Amino acid sequence: MKFGVVMFPGSNCDHDTYHVISKVIGQPVDFIWHRQSAVADCDAVILPGGFSYGDYLRTGAIARFSPVMGAVKEFASRGGLVMGICNGFQILCEAGLLPGALLRNKNLKFICDHVNIRVEATDTPFTNRCQRNQVLSVPIAHGDGNYFCDEQTLAELQRENRILFRYSDADGRITAEANPNGSLDNIAGICNRERNVLGMMPHPERASEQQLGSSDGRIIFYSVADTLAELAKAS
Amino acid sequence: MKAKIYVTLKPSVLDPQGKAIHHAVETIGYHGIKDVRQGKYFEVTIEDSFSPEEARAEIERMARDVLANPIIEDFRVELDSDS
Amino acid sequence: MSEPLVTTELIRSHGLTGDEYGRIVQLLGREPNYTELGIFSVMWSEHCSYKSSRVHLRRLPTTGDCVLQGPGENAGVVDIGGGLAAAFKIESHNHPSFIEPYQGAATGIGGILRDVFTMGARPLAAMNSLHFGPLSAGDDASAEERATVARNRSIMAGVVKGIGDYGNAFGVPTIGGEVRFAECYSRNPLVNAFTLGLMRTEHILYGRATGVGNPVIYVGAKTGRDGIHGATMASEEFGEEAGSKRPTVQVGDPFLEKLLLEACLEAMRAGAIVGIQDMGAAGLTSSSCEMGSRAGNGVEIDIDLVPQREAGMTPYEIMLSESQERMLIVAVKGREREVVDIFKKWELDAVVIGRVTGDDHLRVKKNGAIVADISNKALTDAAPVYDRAIKRPERGPLTEVTQVESSLEEVDATFMRIVAQPAIAAKEWVYRQYDHMVRTNTVVLPGSDAAVIRIKEKRRLLAMTLDSNARYCRVDPRAGARLVVAEACRNLVASGARPLALTNCLNFASPERPEVMWQFSEVIDGMAEACEVFGTPVTGGNVSFYNETEGRGIDPTPVIGMVGLVEESRHITTQWFKAEDRAIVLLGFTADDLGASCYALEMLGVADGRVPQLDLALERRVQEACLKIIQAGLVESAHDCSDGGLAVAIAESCFSSYRRDVIGCEVDLEGQLSAAALLFSETPSRIVLSALEGNINQILQLAREHEVAASVIGRTRGERLVINVNGERAIDHPVAEVESAWRIVLPRLLEIPSLVAAEEK
Repeated sequence: MKFGVVMFPGSNCDHDTYHVISKVIGQPVDFIWHRQSAVADCDAVILPGGFSYGDYLRTGAIARFSPVMGAVKEFASRGGLVMGICNGFQILCEAGLLPGALLRNKNLKFICDHVNIRVEATDTPFTNRCQRNQVLSVPIAHGDGNYFCDEQTLAELQRENRILFRYSDADGRITAEANPNGSLDNIAGICNRERNVLGMMPHPERASEQQLGSSDGRIIFYSVADTLAELAKAS
Repeated sequence: MKAKIYVTLKPSVLDPQGKAIHHAVETIGYHGIKDVRQGKYFEVTIEDSFSPEEARAEIERMARDVLANPIIEDFRVELDSDS
Repeated sequence: MSEPLVTTELIRSHGLTGDEYGRIVQLLGREPNYTELGIFSVMWSEHCSYKSSRVHLRRLPTTGDCVLQGPGENAGVVDIGGGLAAAFKIESHNHPSFIEPYQGAATGIGGILRDVFTMGARPLAAMNSLHFGPLSAGDDASAEERATVARNRSIMAGVVKGIGDYGNAFGVPTIGGEVRFAECYSRNPLVNAFTLGLMRTEHILYGRATGVGNPVIYVGAKTGRDGIHGATMASEEFGEEAGSKRPTVQVGDPFLEKLLLEACLEAMRAGAIVGIQDMGAAGLTSSSCEMGSRAGNGVEIDIDLVPQREAGMTPYEIMLSESQERMLIVAVKGREREVVDIFKKWELDAVVIGRVTGDDHLRVKKNGAIVADISNKALTDAAPVYDRAIKRPERGPLTEVTQVESSLEEVDATFMRIVAQPAIAAKEWVYRQYDHMVRTNTVVLPGSDAAVIRIKEKRRLLAMTLDSNARYCRVDPRAGARLVVAEACRNLVASGARPLALTNCLNFASPERPEVMWQFSEVIDGMAEACEVFGTPVTGGNVSFYNETEGRGIDPTPVIGMVGLVEESRHITTQWFKAEDRAIVLLGFTADDLGASCYALEMLGVADGRVPQLDLALERRVQEACLKIIQAGLVESAHDCSDGGLAVAIAESCFSSYRRDVIGCEVDLEGQLSAAALLFSETPSRIVLSALEGNINQILQLAREHEVAASVIGRTRGERLVINVNGERAIDHPVAEVESAWRIVLPRLLEIPSLVAAEEK
């Protein structure tokens, strides 16, 4: 099994994600340069956080035109696992791999803080190690994390159980106070209909080692690794 | 030839920046301001070899594909020759 | 195109005195042309030449076992063991931040990041020291005072956003610092930015144009007309026309800077670069002549080859432009292609614009003709050095602030007011806007005495802190500087680190006033004295003079950026109590030190008084004892006692932190001193510890061995903060109540009310 971490100009959580996959999860990982037009032999692709192309137009708006995004789309359509964290989530929305958009935080400020997210669905490759309603303490760090979509899309996300993480308090209550950025329905992370593409604003790679305060986030990477291991066994 | 492109949030999308500006100007003492919506503005210079129709088509395509996100934003294009 | 004639008026408008101009003519052996005049004016400005401070800076200790590079380079470098070195520096961007807070602060961050990565180090942490005017005015304030307060708030909001937007996009964690307030910063805000980077010791690179014939390569953003005369602007006082200086404000591009970082590090590691310098203040001029001067070589530049953003720029404008995100590189001859290709990979232009020459001259050519030809030494080493007049200011005797008596009710009310002082209140509003976790190394987040970052796959960690105290320095600059150095060291020690070295940012008013030069000289002496005692050399920094508007200058504000080493992660100690039923120990003792304290200012409205008495030898013993106690694993928390005294230190130890609820305590303070002194005295050399009962004897024993006073002053328990003075209840509140009063201050003062309204709708 191999993970790939895409490097866009302006990515800045690329090394952090690489570090967690290789040193904490203990799996092989490679960087994928944004000009590559293939994801090579990777079995899971991560679009890391950062400010791709400076995010000057809209977050993720330019990155989606990178050559590598064609390959990512193709990889996803074949059922490959794709995970967008923070800026990666924004890019996946811009690229149409996930519905909706991420607007400016409601308080108009960049927010870096620990938040709690509740796991809403465990039948995905990204959350299969979690318990439903399990609360994870994972940091956020973004200026545009306010998830928005139209009513019809929201109804669809809810009906199809595609909201994977919602902002909650430490006891798992979904409250307005626990919503840091104004996201619709406290949405912190969603997946596509096929459940092989995840986008989330919180940074699980920043909550994967106890030394940094929380290791709650690594369960997401372990879930992916488990899924890949099972796929490898089955084939 | 020059094109002006205005990108604004769709009316259905909350615009906290616009709201903040609205409240601020009211506090400062401007009267009769009913609403403020903020957006982005682009000035694009186009090769002179393009006809106005070609230019408009190209700019509108660019606005739709890149400058605006149709999920949350509307856009409007003005060509210099329009005025 | 005809250039302006060099007239007396033109010379004056370039900030050069008649004597200085005479010296230029003497050095050149002729009159300078317009371009040369511009080059001299920026290089001989206070900002670039340190002409008023140099004679004094020599008195600072700059060498030590760990110092690999002291002052004089882009940043200082210290050896941190294991083959690794840390490059760090602090720099001011005060004047630009007053004119345009957002861009001024943002470009300040950009500049200090470049200073660090030009040394070959990847920036791993940033901090900043910010000083603003007051954020609130009394009910009876005049319209003018209200306007000042409104402007102070908007300056602070702009500066914080500028720092966040630049650092966050670049990808450096901003892990702490300090924010302070006083009237004198209303028109002279201070923005001092610190960055620390890490590298392998063999990767250190210098800003030197070595190797005659080597190509000089320009990389990064194109040159525009922005910031022309930024360096001279930073060397002048502001008058009424400050607003009209707006056009010289530079605009930062953190995305470009991030690409520059990656490309520069890649080219450096490939061994294709021999020297590199940021085009910061005085742009192409300072980078070329300083690199030439350090190597004893000349640099020849063909101005036509410099990438330009605007048409029709003159050599004068190109040489003096302060466009951001540009670097000058001296590469190995024959490897130009390799450098260009690496930059191309990062979508950046790299252009050969000249070469290193064997003589000592900065030679600028346009269309084959020489438009400037000046000895590098004339621009750097031969710049004027002034031993400016010094005069101790005359003033009456200090206010007596001793044996202050107040009732216990007053003491309690005072405590709640001090906790809600903006300088003491929670700084979450600030650091939540900074990404303080990117790069996943931040082990101790902002909020404790010092921030701590890990070095991946190494046992050792780095701790760092920024400290200043203009309240003390304005009364007694020498003692104040000593106190600041002591506090910086104490903050590191309380966090489990051994202090290594420091960088300083010396913010002062006009050096042309003898009273200001006296303050400067005193600060240098106090700092030197303390650095000697703690064994912490100064590896560089920055002097910012002329923090003065319409004749009103700032209080002397030396800021210290201290870096220390934590031997292993189990030594990391934070300020917060960890559990109930722990003993609270005060290391050190409390004296009657209410002069120049938060208490004196807040309660008595007295800004002077004798500053706290510091015994450097005792301070050192306290720190040694504390570090031993921490390293022996005897304590769960340690917190330096400083602003607001023991009462504030205890309260802060009780407050909640990440995944940790509030922890209450009951403390008994006893002694001959007044209740106010016992609670709020700012006696240095004190650290509040908490520990398991079973460790107390060992802690007291270690304190005795270091001849340091130590006593158990209370226990952690429950959810109330209770402090008794000589058996009587002085302070008694639920911790949550005190904490919320402390947390709400900055949001209440700084949030746009409309946001609250928008959220309610």
